[in-house]
Amino acid sequence: MPGPNHGRGARSNEKAKNFKGTMLKLIQYLKPYYIQIFFSLIFAVFSTIFMVVGPKILGTATTALAEGFMNKVRGVGGIDFGRIGQILIFLVCIYCVSALCNFIQSWLMAGVAQKVSFNLRQEMAKKIDTLPFRYFDGQTHGEVLSRFSNDVDTIQQTMNQSLSQMLTSVVQLIGFLIMMLSISWQMTLMALLVVPLSCLLITNVVKHSQKYFMAQQKSLGDVNGHIEEMYTSHTVMKAFNGEEKSIREFDAYNQQLYDSAWRSQFLSGLMQPISAFVGNLGYVGVVILGGYLAINGVIEIGDIQAFITYVRNFNQPISQVAQTMNVLQSTAAAAERVFEFLEETEEVPETEQPIEIWDADGQSKIEGQVTFDHVRFGYQPDKIIIHDFSANIKAGQKVAIVGPTGAGKTTMIKLLMRFYELNGGSIAIDGIPTTSLRRADLRSLFGMVLQDAWLFNGTVMENLRYGRLEATDDEVMQAADAAYVDHFIRTLDHGYQTMINEESSNISQGQKQLLTIARAFLADPKILILDEATSSVDTRTEILIQKGMDKLMENRTSFIIAHRLSTIRDADLILVMRDGDIVEVGNHESLMKQNGFYTQLYNSQFEEV
Amino acid sequence: MFKLRKYVRPFLGSILVIIALLFGQAMCELAMPDYMSDIVNVGINAGGIENGVFDALSETRYDQLALLMNEEEKTIFQNSYTLTTPQSATESEREKYPALANENVYILNDLSSQEKEALNQALSQAEAMVMSLEQLTANTDPASLNEQQQQILTVLENLPEGTTIFDVLAKMPQETLDTLREQFASYTEVMGQSTLDTANASLVKQEYQSLGMNTDHIQYRYLFENGAKMLFVALASAACAVAVGFLASRVAAGFSRDLRRDVFGKVESFSNAEFNQFSTNTLITRTTNDVQQIQMVLVMILRIVIYAPIIGIGAIIKVLQSDANMTWIIALVVVIILGIMLSAFVLVLPKFRIQQKLLDKLNSVVREFLEGMPVIRAFNNQQEEQQKFRQANNDIMRTALFTGRAMGSLMPLIMLVMNCSSILIVWVGSHQIDAGSLQVGDMMAFMQYAMQIIMAFMMITMISIMLPRASVAAGRIVEVLQTKPAILEAKDPVAFDPARKGQVSFQHVSFRYPGAEEEVLHDLSFTCEPGKTTAFIGSTGSGKSTIVNLVPRFFDVTEGKILVDGVDLREADIHDLRDRIGYVPQKASLFSGTIESNLRYANEDATDEQLKEAAKIAQALDFIEAKPDGFASEIAQGGTNVSGGQRQRLSIARALVKQPEIFIFDDTFSALDFKTDAQLRKELNQLCEKKQSTVLLVAQRISSIMHADQIIVIDNGRIVGRGKHQELLENCDVYKEIAYSQLSKEELENARS
Repeated sequence: MPGPNHGRGARSNEKAKNFKGTMLKLIQYLKPYYIQIFFSLIFAVFSTIFMVVGPKILGTATTALAEGFMNKVRGVGGIDFGRIGQILIFLVCIYCVSALCNFIQSWLMAGVAQKVSFNLRQEMAKKIDTLPFRYFDGQTHGEVLSRFSNDVDTIQQTMNQSLSQMLTSVVQLIGFLIMMLSISWQMTLMALLVVPLSCLLITNVVKHSQKYFMAQQKSLGDVNGHIEEMYTSHTVMKAFNGEEKSIREFDAYNQQLYDSAWRSQFLSGLMQPISAFVGNLGYVGVVILGGYLAINGVIEIGDIQAFITYVRNFNQPISQVAQTMNVLQSTAAAAERVFEFLEETEEVPETEQPIEIWDADGQSKIEGQVTFDHVRFGYQPDKIIIHDFSANIKAGQKVAIVGPTGAGKTTMIKLLMRFYELNGGSIAIDGIPTTSLRRADLRSLFGMVLQDAWLFNGTVMENLRYGRLEATDDEVMQAADAAYVDHFIRTLDHGYQTMINEESSNISQGQKQLLTIARAFLADPKILILDEATSSVDTRTEILIQKGMDKLMENRTSFIIAHRLSTIRDADLILVMRDGDIVEVGNHESLMKQNGFYTQLYNSQFEEV
Repeated sequence: MFKLRKYVRPFLGSILVIIALLFGQAMCELAMPDYMSDIVNVGINAGGIENGVFDALSETRYDQLALLMNEEEKTIFQNSYTLTTPQSATESEREKYPALANENVYILNDLSSQEKEALNQALSQAEAMVMSLEQLTANTDPASLNEQQQQILTVLENLPEGTTIFDVLAKMPQETLDTLREQFASYTEVMGQSTLDTANASLVKQEYQSLGMNTDHIQYRYLFENGAKMLFVALASAACAVAVGFLASRVAAGFSRDLRRDVFGKVESFSNAEFNQFSTNTLITRTTNDVQQIQMVLVMILRIVIYAPIIGIGAIIKVLQSDANMTWIIALVVVIILGIMLSAFVLVLPKFRIQQKLLDKLNSVVREFLEGMPVIRAFNNQQEEQQKFRQANNDIMRTALFTGRAMGSLMPLIMLVMNCSSILIVWVGSHQIDAGSLQVGDMMAFMQYAMQIIMAFMMITMISIMLPRASVAAGRIVEVLQTKPAILEAKDPVAFDPARKGQVSFQHVSFRYPGAEEEVLHDLSFTCEPGKTTAFIGSTGSGKSTIVNLVPRFFDVTEGKILVDGVDLREADIHDLRDRIGYVPQKASLFSGTIESNLRYANEDATDEQLKEAAKIAQALDFIEAKPDGFASEIAQGGTNVSGGQRQRLSIARALVKQPEIFIFDDTFSALDFKTDAQLRKELNQLCEKKQSTVLLVAQRISSIMHADQIIVIDNGRIVGRGKHQELLENCDVYKEIAYSQLSKEELENARS
């Protein structure tokens, strides 16, 4: 599973499939914050306007200074400090107001950005609960995780910075343009003349560098892939004397990476000097034209000076807008993934009139009889794996599911718990079709002990209580005792308060399974689903697990994914599975008599070699 | 960071060129403001005339100026010009100076730039006086004049019609003129040369106009010439930047290529001990992300860290050269801004770390959602999980709000400080100008340089915040590079005896993992004979896997010795040793490629028949041939696109292709179902018997080892039983316990019959 940071580099250049649609959706999503955003943008505009006029006012101060100085030289007056002081104090005020506006703007925007990402995450988390299992078959966990972290982060950052930056750039651009046009349309035209030129040059560079960027991404993937592969298979590589081969391959990938890396880096670095040079080109053009116009008396010399300050600043917002456009592209891609997730088809809705399984005292009315009636199922509708399965299991009976690895033994369990919908037929419990029950009610009837026991990051006590959240500490300990796990728990460092870490690596696989047995005890279900351990459990733990499971199965209908022959032979019903389908049904004797796949499977264990 | 300097050495030449180019770029960048202001000040304001040097002037003006000069100035002046009469003028002269048609004109000789400068110096005061006197004549408001000027004015008013003030001056004694000049000098000194030049240029322009010269033409020429010069400087600057970009990206990419290669090569030489010490994941990040990060920082160092001080120092030199006595303002602003930035980082950085942790926490909750989905839904605990998520989400929002707002207020604050600094410079500067110690132009230049210096400092601060991260990465890499592999090649390897076929013998072997306190294996002695199968069984953690991992020398024994065909492993050539072993690990791992490339990994020269044969024995042929591409079917990295059982069978086939003397199966068969397991073992046994191979086999399932020639029972790292299945059932308690936990008594009886 790729880590959350893995895809980041590759994603930054990604484009949305539907830029406009996604952006509209995002704008729609921001509706509750329109007022804050509006005010924030107003403040951004104010701040920018003050920033734009600032240099002009400073210019009047220096002009006043120069004039006063000249007067003094000529002996006809002196520097008017009163006036200069006034201008400067006014300027300080303007800058302070501008900074304040800017500050308020970013304060408001940060609030909106955080709220939005909080809500997006919240909605996505809710969404997870309503999505069918089918959805996750086609998605790695890393992919879903990256929507939660990277994509929401990208949206948040855009809201935080790029949005107001974009606006201030546009305001600046418009402001400069108005100022420039008010001075001279000819010079404005000249100044704008270089814009398409720089666009042309930059798109050219971008086009070339894009090629190398992709090559770099690919080589980086090759190098990293090779490193990952060789490091994870280090032992095998060593055992087969593969060092030389590995280094040889690595060198080839590494050289490719070098070639594309410096090229892409170099080309992307060209952008800044090129646009700076083109900017200077425009500057000179404007000055010469200005000189011509001044000689012909079309404009005043002072106007040229003012114009030139605008030309020098004109390039900055243009390149900023170009940059933000890029950011918006990747934001759209991120938002698209988030909205895509939020719009996924949800589980089949709950039935309108659920049948109650609880009587007036809150006691379950269910006995635990299970009926499969012409069940038809496939993970993909065009690939049916269970064609027509019917069976009737009486309350308290044991059902063993056997078959080679990968035969789809867990499919039956997923269907029972209604993790997947059937393609045909029905499953009923005590005669009630599972589709007529609330999912929560249905699932409360089951207890599960799986081989890859899932525990979460929390104490042992919390993990056990997961079976029934309202259980008291005493009840939890009783359940642990019944599952023969109480003793083991008390030998841990902090007993029931021992933390189980993220990967649950501080307790062994077998011990985890023991805990899940206790958890199932606490839940006290009518129907059990058990997965017998195959390997990687030491003998003593194995015996404990066995005893725990046996005790748990007393008086309950149970479905067991069985590996031990003794379990299988005791079962009331055996479902033999192969390649996803149920190929044989019966008990041990009747199946042995059939002399089919089951017989083969059973005998293979004792074949003389 | 410093420890990696050896990787910079091959690029020293390029780096020196980069520094030189950055110097060039900085020079250009520093010169640019001068050109820009020249174009505006001289080109547009002064009509393209740089200073007070006339190319040509009328006789009248010549005399006026000469009158107001001291002897020394006069000599320079008179030597610089030649009187041209309408008669002696050439055609081109007449065209250039139309006044030559009817009056005499002094034309400038061909002078060097130094001579011109001297001439300018000589002229400037006289010109200023001429202008001042002319203005005085035009000025009619006596109130604004000082006492001396009023006296002069009185003289002027009493002059007879037709005479000018210059006629009067010409009649004055030399001493009076000297006094007048000295008095005037005190004013011109205040103005400074550049202001004087600008002012005098207007006199020159006026003179040109009266000579009938085309002043517009002069202005255009100046604009075009200087525009071209400025473009040339801009081009030079861009060219330097491009060249730096070229070299820097090559240096950085080359550096990381070399570094990555060495780290990779080093890790490939590691034994399992070093892998356990570092853990595979950190080794991967160290070879990929860490190297990448250093590369990024290197690019920044080459392009910014070197550049910022150059331009900063350049600007400081310019500032010190100027007359401005305001360096303290720059120092003050730099201190304030650094203070703001540092305190922001001290305040915000820890919060960022917390934010990262909270994000990890949020991720782990989501991961819990995803991985625990069946259990969460089965126990109907969605609400509980949502609550946990909400908590994590809320925590992260609150921290992010703080950091976002703190960083958001940083920029306006810094901008405010910078803007206020220009205001301060204008205020302080204007007083200095008033006092006569500073010129207006210098103050404007000072403001520009001040910004450049402050920016340089800001850049350095930003980068110094990033550097610690890179140095952490560098430290992690150096750690890998400095690690010495525990398994070393023998100096004079002993060759294996070709006559003996893979006998493995343990003699009093004890083993402890590096750094571990307790021994995993104690005093093991046994021999595995060619053509025989030796099986190891025991509970989890008993050390049975460790035993077989010692044979390919993944680890070295702590005590005792292991002999293969009579040669101590530590004296054998590692490559040779491993060539004799076919190893199948517990967790089957395949390489990306095809099925064929994976099988050939063991032996590049294997024939297609050999591959097929190996696949057949490993029970893999059926499913390989069922695939549309057969042996050419793609295998994804780690073999994730085939099932666990298939992966294991391919891994076994790979070992078989090698046709080694010794087979090691490290708990290989538990991933297979009983049927495949049995069939595979049957065919494998036939092969081993035929080829007389030694088989070492670790297993969990009694059924997998029941028929081995020798079963060794391990408990807590010691041999607690040795023999055949039946013998052990009778006399080994541990073995019995394991057997009965897996099979019922009856089944064991069945098996016996």
